[in-house]
Amino acid sequence: MKTADLLADDPIWLIIIKVVGIFVYLVVFTLFMIWLERRVVGRMQHRPGPNRVGPFGLLQSLADGLKLAFKEDIRPVLADKWVFFLAPVVSAVPALLAFSVIPLGGEVTMFGERTALQLADLPVGLLVVLACSSLGVYGIVLAGWASGSPYPLLGALRSAAQVISYEIAMGLSIVAVVMYSGSMSTSDIVLAQKDNWFFYLLPLSFLIYLVSMVGETNRAPFDLAEAESELVGGFHTEYSSLKFALFFLAEYINMVTVSGLATTMFFGGWYAPWRFLPFGLGEVWAGADTGWWPLLWFTLKTLGFLFLFIWLRGTLPRFRYDQFMKLGWKVLVPVSLVWILGVTAVRVMQREELSTTFKLVAVLIGVTVIVLISFLIPDRPERDTTIVRTAGSDYPLPPPDLRVPAAPKRRLAAAATAKLPSATKEDGDV
Amino acid sequence: MSSVFVTQAVVDAGPVSMGEQVAFYVLGTGSLIGALGMLFARNAVHSALWLVLTMLNLGVLYMVGQAPFLGFVQIIVYTGAIMMLFLFVLMMVGRESSDSVVEVLRGQRLAAGVIGLGFAGLLVAALVRSLTQVKPIGLAQPNAQGGGNVANVGKLIFTDYLFAFELTSALLITAAIGAMVLAFNEKRRRPAYAKSLQQELVEARFQGNRPSPLPGPGVFATANSVATPALLPDGSVAPESLSEVIESTARERLDPDLLPEPDAHALTAPEQREGES
Repeated sequence: MKTADLLADDPIWLIIIKVVGIFVYLVVFTLFMIWLERRVVGRMQHRPGPNRVGPFGLLQSLADGLKLAFKEDIRPVLADKWVFFLAPVVSAVPALLAFSVIPLGGEVTMFGERTALQLADLPVGLLVVLACSSLGVYGIVLAGWASGSPYPLLGALRSAAQVISYEIAMGLSIVAVVMYSGSMSTSDIVLAQKDNWFFYLLPLSFLIYLVSMVGETNRAPFDLAEAESELVGGFHTEYSSLKFALFFLAEYINMVTVSGLATTMFFGGWYAPWRFLPFGLGEVWAGADTGWWPLLWFTLKTLGFLFLFIWLRGTLPRFRYDQFMKLGWKVLVPVSLVWILGVTAVRVMQREELSTTFKLVAVLIGVTVIVLISFLIPDRPERDTTIVRTAGSDYPLPPPDLRVPAAPKRRLAAAATAKLPSATKEDGDV
Repeated sequence: MSSVFVTQAVVDAGPVSMGEQVAFYVLGTGSLIGALGMLFARNAVHSALWLVLTMLNLGVLYMVGQAPFLGFVQIIVYTGAIMMLFLFVLMMVGRESSDSVVEVLRGQRLAAGVIGLGFAGLLVAALVRSLTQVKPIGLAQPNAQGGGNVANVGKLIFTDYLFAFELTSALLITAAIGAMVLAFNEKRRRPAYAKSLQQELVEARFQGNRPSPLPGPGVFATANSVATPALLPDGSVAPESLSEVIESTARERLDPDLLPEPDAHALTAPEQREGES
């Protein structure tokens, strides 16, 4: 039975239960994630991290959240009243909405009703996530604009450019997955990965998605929109209290969503973590993919991706803006276009009833075309070795033939001032 | 807006469920409010936001009308990318800039009126035709055939409408290349404000005598005036830090505020100063 049919006859009370369930899942995940991030980054920096409130400091984020809610809500004089209020809402709602199409598990029985652990299954499920992420950016951009001060505006501009560029890369990385699974519905993509997971079938797509998902969520090393050391707090500089909390919530929920989508598209969704192993090892425990177990597998895999987010933040320094754009437009987009072309060719070879001769000729033609094109690529201009380049790389370096000026001799103050021009001389006359 | 009318035709002609009617009236009202708001908003960014509301409503209307692919693509492309670019430009222009009421082009109002009337005539004609002659059949049957909505749309685009599709993409690529050519500046055609590029400045600085910036006022300086020289480690004045203009001006012509008093010499040992004077 298809997931869409299973979900079609859900009674309204079951839908409400699922909605509340997903909301709680996301909020708890956010609270846990904040704690985990602070602890893990703490460990990476040789310090314990929060460990006072509750066991292992687990209740720290709850305490912080309560404190945040009771803080004073400030609106700057120059702020645009309505847009300033609207922005955090616009940023939080799509974040929550996007998770409705992520399949958390297969078929289960809830209160005597057969259903699937998923709120909605649309034939264009992947596009829902993309649409929600593109709407969520409005929150960031409007927040920066409505604050009426320069740093947030800069953050907003960066964020707008960043999301437009990385959404293209993300959309392209999804294309290959859709081609292999033959569907854009998230539940069908999971079912297509019963035996083969896409992260090793489509490694390049996976890598591109991985990079662009970090760029899309404004997380380190791509957190240019809120770079603390450059823009104070970026788009949320002027926000406080619950409005700030909404931005915070949206950022973490977005992280959970893109991680969940990565799990769904490349790591077999809710299938057991050993499911892709060959030689029958995937079927060692037949019951692992039924009932409520899938929820656990999905959560564990998503946690793995979330740990990757934390790891990146603890390891990598922030990209410079031009490097970031170069990576997006000159590396990720062209590479994924060529990769899609390759994947399409392979798919056609697999599917059509073609003779071996035809396939061989096609491959031969393809290789010839690639070789011919490679001749057209101009050679790199030879470097003029007589000129010592100082700024050829991304960072200015002193030239190897730099003559360090001799250290000035220690002079007596009187002798030095006597040689100096007018002002000091006149001074001496006084 | 034409999609609104098409749905209207469906409402009048065929059997329509209660839910569909409610959806139509809610979304139609929403998109109309958005369109009016866009026209009457004073601020350009507010106008853009009202337009976003209209586009979102249209997108949901497509989804209700059994075209989920079109609906979500509408949201991703129009709301997500194109309106975001609009906002981007508006923000660059500045938040205080509102529409100017001065008429720059002559006869603009007349032309706008004529074209507007023509457009209204076209819309009314289409509306009348859709209400009287077009028989709505819905998308339920084509969506159930083949591979569903998405697969059918893909098949149509890449078979029957391939030429139109490729033509559109050629147009877009031309526009993109044109924008790149216009925006790209080589070394020769460098904008007036950039006398030398940052990289050249870096190289010149490293090849010259002094890779580091000129010294500013000394750490122990008692004023931040340009007339206050920087001090070298031995307490003497660093010559590079002296302002050429001030040094070459006669003392009498200087504003008393600019006079180097108290100057860096206040920091040297008293016996040395005595020796000087």
